[in-house]
Amino acid sequence: MNTRIIDAEYDYLAPQDWAEALDFAAGHPGVKVMAGGTDVLVKLKTGALPDLQYLLDLKRIDGLDYAREATDGSFHIGPLAKLSRLEQEPLILARYPALAAALQLMASISVRNMGTMAGNICNASPVADSVIPAICYNALLTLESRGRGFRTVPLEDFFLAPGVSVMESDELLADIMLPEPAENTGACFIKKSRVRPDIAKLTIGVKLVREGGSIRDCRIAMGAIAARPYFFREQSAALIGKEMTGRLIGETAAALADHIRPIDDNRTTAEYRKLITEVVAADALREAWHHAGGELE
Amino acid sequence: MSRHEITLKVNGKPHRLLVESNELLLNVLRERLYLTGSKYGCGIAECGACTILVNGKSMLSCLIPAVSADGWDITTVEGLAEGDKLSPVQQAFIDNNAIQCGFCIPGMVVTGTALLMENPDPDEEYIKDYLRGNYCRCTGYVAMVQSILDAAAKMRSSGND
Repeated sequence: MNTRIIDAEYDYLAPQDWAEALDFAAGHPGVKVMAGGTDVLVKLKTGALPDLQYLLDLKRIDGLDYAREATDGSFHIGPLAKLSRLEQEPLILARYPALAAALQLMASISVRNMGTMAGNICNASPVADSVIPAICYNALLTLESRGRGFRTVPLEDFFLAPGVSVMESDELLADIMLPEPAENTGACFIKKSRVRPDIAKLTIGVKLVREGGSIRDCRIAMGAIAARPYFFREQSAALIGKEMTGRLIGETAAALADHIRPIDDNRTTAEYRKLITEVVAADALREAWHHAGGELE
Repeated sequence: MSRHEITLKVNGKPHRLLVESNELLLNVLRERLYLTGSKYGCGIAECGACTILVNGKSMLSCLIPAVSADGWDITTVEGLAEGDKLSPVQQAFIDNNAIQCGFCIPGMVVTGTALLMENPDPDEEYIKDYLRGNYCRCTGYVAMVQSILDAAAKMRSSGND
């Protein structure tokens, strides 16, 4: 493996507008879409894209780097919005602080100046940092293709396997939407890695909506413990309506650790992932609850 | 494989080049424009030795297809000094003896320059965190962090004159 050059030979496509990008994606099987390129280029160099024939660069298209609130209070992130810009976006810091935390913990400043959240999602890594809190915040993706128009996919349903998502080869990720959080929402994101720029050994995100001393809504997701970013659908739903106690936190954390079936890999062991899940899950639940204005006896 | 004509502005100088679709910006800078300050270290966004500035933001030239950089205004480490006068960050690295083998230094200096554009008054923790993607295998980080603190102080005091 020689990462000094790109060995692969392919054609470069740089559509000038979104309509042209959709045409290219539909008309060129073997196309790979590039936003910031921080994952695509590494894959190209390491031979992970053996069938690539066309590199479709979205960079020339104006107006895709937005990050703004819509009139209904939802927040929208465009396919070319850079990670380093999102991590400083006042509305993300104020309303989606667990996402801001995840973005700030990602890679290095240079990677965040190049990379996009859309790319982080589409790369479909089981350990994608921005994905875990975005699942907790009920992110909704809009996919668009020339042939079938728009469809929306909840972020937790987007991933199938490492590097594989429900996105078809003719589809582009058109928009990432985060609904406005309910009142008394609290969230927490924790990343475990050896040193900061590392890819995580494990990540967890928790979002809680508090109603008095009870849990009105709960969403828990974890990275690097399954073959895809993992949303604890049943375990999250099981907490809804319950009174929050230290005991419930302990039981939930133990149940999550018991449920997961992680693997050994370059970054850590399955054993570590199991053990640490119980600890970080309890920490994240407690922190999210406090952030929602809740108290524990 | 497609070939493309691109224009680049590098350290203030315009260039027109014909590049292959798989040609990397780092290699164009080094091998065609002979700007060998930017280094090939890891090639996969782990070491920061190839860092350049694009509109004041640090980026990794080893992960950018040259064709994708068409029209960009780029500053490499060679473009930081004004004639013979080194930039405050460059001078501070020398004054602090922050250079051991030297391989990581262009990336460190360029990233440090971007840091001070973003935050003219950083503390030590901020600098350490900002430099987290720039590896020095001589592990000379202490003097580098001090260099950026010194450069920041110097730039603030000269800005106040």
